[in-house]
Amino acid sequence: MSDGIEAAFADGPAFIPYLAAGDPNYEASLEYVEALDRGGADVIELGLPFSEPIAEGPTIQEAVIRALESGMTPERFFEFVEELDVDAPLVCMTYYNLIYQYGDGEGPRPFVERANEVGLEGFVVPDLPAEEADPLRDACDEFGLDLIFIVAPTTRGDRLERMLEHVSGYVYVQARLGTTGARDDVSDQTDTSLERLADCDVPKAVGFGIKTGEHAERIIAAGADGIIVGSALVDIVAAGEENEEATADTAAALEAKARELKSGALAGSSETVPEPEQP
Amino acid sequence: MTPTDTDTRPTERNRDERTAEDGNFGRFGGQYVPEALMPALEELEDAYRRYVLENEDGFMDDFRRRLRDFGGRPTPLQRADRLSERYGREIYLKREDLVHGGAHKLNNALGQVLLAKYMGKERIIAETGAGQHGTATAMAAAHLDMPCEIYMGRTDVNRQRPNVFRMRINGAEVNPVDAGRGTLKEAISETMRDWSQTVEHTHYVIGSVVGPHPFPAMVRDFQAVISEEAREQILEETDGLPDSVVACAGGGSNTMGAFAEFIPDESVSLVAVEAGGSSLEVDEAAGVAPNSATLSTGEEGVLHGARTTLLQDSHGQIMESHSVSAGLDYAGVGPELAHLVDIGRVTPVNVDDRVALEAFHRLSTEEGIIPALETAHAFGYLHAVGTDADTALTDADTPPVESDDPLGETIIINVSGRGDKDLETVIEQTAEMGLEAAPDMSVFDGGLR
Repeated sequence: MSDGIEAAFADGPAFIPYLAAGDPNYEASLEYVEALDRGGADVIELGLPFSEPIAEGPTIQEAVIRALESGMTPERFFEFVEELDVDAPLVCMTYYNLIYQYGDGEGPRPFVERANEVGLEGFVVPDLPAEEADPLRDACDEFGLDLIFIVAPTTRGDRLERMLEHVSGYVYVQARLGTTGARDDVSDQTDTSLERLADCDVPKAVGFGIKTGEHAERIIAAGADGIIVGSALVDIVAAGEENEEATADTAAALEAKARELKSGALAGSSETVPEPEQP
Repeated sequence: MTPTDTDTRPTERNRDERTAEDGNFGRFGGQYVPEALMPALEELEDAYRRYVLENEDGFMDDFRRRLRDFGGRPTPLQRADRLSERYGREIYLKREDLVHGGAHKLNNALGQVLLAKYMGKERIIAETGAGQHGTATAMAAAHLDMPCEIYMGRTDVNRQRPNVFRMRINGAEVNPVDAGRGTLKEAISETMRDWSQTVEHTHYVIGSVVGPHPFPAMVRDFQAVISEEAREQILEETDGLPDSVVACAGGGSNTMGAFAEFIPDESVSLVAVEAGGSSLEVDEAAGVAPNSATLSTGEEGVLHGARTTLLQDSHGQIMESHSVSAGLDYAGVGPELAHLVDIGRVTPVNVDDRVALEAFHRLSTEEGIIPALETAHAFGYLHAVGTDADTALTDADTPPVESDDPLGETIIINVSGRGDKDLETVIEQTAEMGLEAAPDMSVFDGGLR
C-alpha cells in the first residue's frame, strides 16, 4: 500500500472528495482541488476525463464534458497533478482505454510509470473488473501504487473474495446500484455491503449518493472507514460555472462543503479524533 | 472444397471452434464493465451455455420455432437476375429484409428476449441506432409479453422517425439520448447506465456482436442462422460453395451472421463493407471521424465492455463517427470481427455515402428491392468491384486485395434489411448530392414531411 493512502486512514475516518481535473478549466480546477485539501480531504480522487464515462451519472458526465472541452488530455493531467499544491495523497480515476492508449502498444505500464513520476498514489478504474486487471495490477506493484477496486451491492461470494485478494489502498464500496450521483437517501444496501466486508482488513470507503454531513455521519457510524463524495462537489463547480461566480467564491463554497462532510464523518466515528485544523 | 467436407452439418462442425469460452477472440474481447454488472454477465454466461449451447429445456427448439412462425424464417436465397447480368457474375441475395420487422435484427432480439424470459428477468432494455434493433426488440418483447424500454440518440430519433413510431406502437418506451452527437455510441453508454441500476431484474438486449462477453458470441450464435441457411441453400442451388460472401459492417451482427458458417470454408472470401462516410480523413482537434470505417482505419482499444478496434484520437478519446446510414454510424466494431480481420480471414473495405446512395437506387430500380442504407453499402462495393476490378475501393490503411477480383464468380450478398425507414434521408441526400441516376422527386417537395 502507498504510505500516503495508508496514513490517510490511520487516524479516524477518511474524507475522500472527487473532482474532474480541468472542470471547468485548468486554472480554476487547480484552485478547486486545493480548496478541498484545505477543507480536510484525506485522499483526493482526481478524474482524468474519458469521452464515454459509462459508470457516471448526469452530473459527472457534464463535468467530464466541460473538462474535455477545456482541453484536458492525459499528459495535461499529469502536469496538473505536478502543479497541484496539496497535502492529501492523490488517486487517479479514469477509464481503461486512456491508460491503455498512453502505453502506445506497451500496455498500462507507461501510464503507471508516469503517474508515479508526478506523485499519484493509486488508481480507480470503473470499467476494469478484477478479471481484466492483471496487467495494471502488475504495473502498480512494480511502482508501489495502489489499485482500488469497487465492490458493488451485487458483488458476492467468490467474486468478493477474488477481489479482496487483488485490492490495495482501500475498497471503494458502492453504496447502491446505479451510476454516480447525489441522492437524498443513503441506501440500506450500504449496511449490507459493509457487513459482507466485515472481515476485510483493507479500509472501506463508501461512495455513491453521499451529499451532506449527516449522510457522512450515518455512513461512518455504520462502520465505514471513509466516505467518497463526488457529485455533491461537482454540483458546486457546475453552479459556479453557470452563475459565472468568481473562482474564489466557488473555491470557498467547496472548502465549506468539504468541512461539512469531514465534520460529519468525524461525528460518526466512535473514536475520539481531533477536529480538522482551521486555516 | 470436396463434397465430403460439406457432408457434416455446419452447426455441429463449427460449434466448438465458434464458441469463445473465455470471451476472447485472439487479443480482442473480454469484459471491461463496471463491477456492478459482472455478476449479471456471469449469470448470462451460465444461461448462454445452458440454453443456447446445450439446448436446456428445449430453448433452441423454442427459439427456432418462433423464428419460423413469428419471424418468417427461413428467408430465401434469391438469384438477382439483373445484377448478375450487369456484373457478369452469379449474384445471390440472402433476403434478411424479409424477416418480420424488415431486418436481420429480429434473429438476435427474439433470441435474447426469449432467453431473458427463460432466465426469469422481468424487464427488457436495449439501445438502437437506426431503430431496426429497437423495433425488433419492441416486437419480440410484445410477442413475449415483456415490458421494454429503448434508448436512442436524439440525432437518430430525428432521422429514423418511422422506426420510433413502430417501437411506440408496439408498446415500448423510447428514451431519446441527448449526449454527444446523439447516435449509437451515446445510446449504448446510456443503456449500460440503466442496466447498472436495474441489473437484478432487467436484461440488456444488446443489438450487435459488441459489448462484454458473452454478448459477442451469443449474438453471433443467434445471427448465425443467416449463414446456416445460406450455406445449405447455395449448396442446393449451385452444388458448390460461393466464392465470396459480402455483408455491410457497423457493429457487425449481420456480418458475423452471414459469415459464421463460412469461416471454416477457406475458399470462400469474406468481405465486410464499412461506411466510408463523407471522408476517411480524421479531424483530431474536433474529435470527429467523418466515417465509420473502424476495421479499415481504427486502432485497438477498449470501449463498451470489449477490447476491439475503435475510432479514437491519439489520447484514446472515442471519436464521433459519421455515416449517411444510422445503423453503421458507430465508432467500434465487434471483437470477433476485429480478430478475423487481424488474422486475415475477413477483408475490410469501405464505400462512401455517395456510392452507397447510388447503390440504393440501383437495387431499388433494377431488382425491385428497396434496401436499408446499411445494406446499400454492400451493393456499393459490388458495383465498385464489378465495374472494374482494378478500381476496387480500398484506402491506404487497407491491405490491397490479393487477387485482382476479390469477389469471384459466385457471390452471396446479405440483404440485411429493407429501406422503408430510410426514405426521407434518401430523398433529402439524393437531392443534396445531386445524384443523376435517381428518380426525380422534386414534384413532391413539401409533401413528404
